[in-house]
Amino acid sequence: MQLEAYAVILSAVLFGLGALGFVFKRNIITIFMSIELMLNAVNLSFVAFSRIRALLEGQVFVFFVIVVAAAEAAVGMAIILQVARNRHSLNIERIDLLKL
Amino acid sequence: MSDFLSANAGILIALIKVVVVVLVLLTAVAYITWFERKVVAHMQSRWGPERVGPHGLLQPLADGAKFLFKEDPTPAGIDRFVYFLAPFLALSLSLSTIAVIPLGPGQIEIFGRRTWLSVAELNISLLVVFAITALSVYGVALAGWASNSKYPLLGGLRSSAQMLSYELSLTMSVVGIVLLTNTFSLRDIVDDQRGGLLHWFVFPQIVGFACFFISALAETNRVPFDLPEAETELVAGFHTEYASFKFAMFFMAEYAAMVTVSFMVAVLFFGGYFSPFPDTSEFHWTFYLPTAGAVISGVLLLIHGLRYYTAFGRVVLPVIGAALVGLGIVCALPGVIGFVQGPFWLIAKVATVLFVYVWTRGTLPRFRYDQLMGFGWKFLLPLSLANVLITSLIVALRPAQ
Amino acid sequence: MNVETILFFILAAAALGGAVNLIAQTHPIHSALSLIVVMVALAGIYLLLGAELLAAVQIIVYAGAIMVLFVFIIMLLNAGVEERTAISRAATWVGLPFGVILTVVLGWRIAFSQAPAHTGPGVDMVRASRELSQMLFTSYVFPFELTSILILVAILGAVVLAKRDF
Repeated sequence: MQLEAYAVILSAVLFGLGALGFVFKRNIITIFMSIELMLNAVNLSFVAFSRIRALLEGQVFVFFVIVVAAAEAAVGMAIILQVARNRHSLNIERIDLLKL
Repeated sequence: MSDFLSANAGILIALIKVVVVVLVLLTAVAYITWFERKVVAHMQSRWGPERVGPHGLLQPLADGAKFLFKEDPTPAGIDRFVYFLAPFLALSLSLSTIAVIPLGPGQIEIFGRRTWLSVAELNISLLVVFAITALSVYGVALAGWASNSKYPLLGGLRSSAQMLSYELSLTMSVVGIVLLTNTFSLRDIVDDQRGGLLHWFVFPQIVGFACFFISALAETNRVPFDLPEAETELVAGFHTEYASFKFAMFFMAEYAAMVTVSFMVAVLFFGGYFSPFPDTSEFHWTFYLPTAGAVISGVLLLIHGLRYYTAFGRVVLPVIGAALVGLGIVCALPGVIGFVQGPFWLIAKVATVLFVYVWTRGTLPRFRYDQLMGFGWKFLLPLSLANVLITSLIVALRPAQ
Repeated sequence: MNVETILFFILAAAALGGAVNLIAQTHPIHSALSLIVVMVALAGIYLLLGAELLAAVQIIVYAGAIMVLFVFIIMLLNAGVEERTAISRAATWVGLPFGVILTVVLGWRIAFSQAPAHTGPGVDMVRASRELSQMLFTSYVFPFELTSILILVAILGAVVLAKRDF
């Protein structure tokens, strides 16, 4: 198999690992980082497919994914900061009810 | 033996380049500390290191030995992995930036293979330098946090916030040059500055140069932006809890970053490895300038050394002087003279920029933290953005070539 | 087995190791450092696949700015080691098979799908950065400007959300 096919398989495995982390971890920040891992896996498959099909649009889309991930990380961190101030904990089992 | 050499020539050449560059860089980092102490001392009307070897030349060796033999306390309650990772990260990142900087024109031949005069030759070498600068924030932030102590945490957070803020104007100030040259490759940027002093990019991009130099001072945590590591403010900032060799690694990382930034200034704005004289036949006498410089300084050192007041100096200094004279004569030989021009002018420019760095340290007082952040966000960033706007306007309105 | 394939496997092993470590570590700062390793390894793989500008942008923006934000937040919130409760242990035992099945199914479908033929014009890897930038500023300039407005909105939102009520 060529290099690009290996890259797409790697991206599938990374996506699965990110999904595992998203479901299992209890700390909000680690869950957020698993989301970033999933986004990175998708970026890798975009780049690999852009090379397989010899189109540059795949790389253009990776740019936009990176930018949106940056914006999302900024706002998400601000929200996490407020949640941590109000609930005094970063464990999602303590913040999954509206009741304090 | 010779087929082993020609079969693995690629890897061998890369290894030789890496070893030479790293050794020269480490020695340079050690002697820049000597240079800084002597220059700042003379600016303050005192001598600086004088005792340890003639003119204090063995002071870096004494400092190195001190760092190795000092007691190495490890504070309690630290995160061990991150505590030991941080200085290693800082030092390795600072040492690796110089791999992509072009050190001389054209290609040379070793072991029958042609190779460029730089450790790695990339199309995006300018972006690689900024990528490594972006990653070096981690060394500072993680060091401050892992020390499990108030002053390092505050110093680490302040220092990394400062580095992040000035990284923006550092990258923006170079965009003007990228617009003028249409390339990210440092070698192509230098090659666009051939033709002598007037073609250097410092003249069209004087604002970019000022922004770059000031942002680089802040990026490397040097005076006047060194509040996070000033002794009177935060004990020693993020490296308070680091002793002996780990502190030496942070120390070396700071000076290696200084050397890297000086190389970047020389390559981006001052013509890199080209001499200030145009490359026409009436300026061929300038090819003998390296030789002249080496011979004159060697003779002066020889004469001064023979009259030095310690016996050790009376032996060592004349030997160094004689070696310089020999080096000068070797540089005048027909095979070597073409090869030595590029690196000589590059090192001369880097030495000048380093002198200006040390001169700033001896002259200016330091910024308060809020003044520092206000200056970075409210003055330097808009100024570098304005530089980008005006440069792109001029490039767009230029008649198409 | 040329140099590119060996290099790819080294970088892929680093990325996989970092991803597994992200999940396995209990302290968020170690997970953050593992994620940085994953991102740098992915940047190396982008270089191998010919996306030079993207590799540089990945390190400068993703590993050098977004992850610094994560590390700052972990430091400021003094996030400690995760606690293991009964629910989280049960979730691990129940959910692990599902995660493995998801990964295997995805990988299987991709590995044994037919590789589509080259349809677009060939990408000249020497000028890839130049063509990518031109495409960003000509065909895709509208999304480009939209993302700049998006970043502005995100900055304002983050500043407003993270304020203390004075």
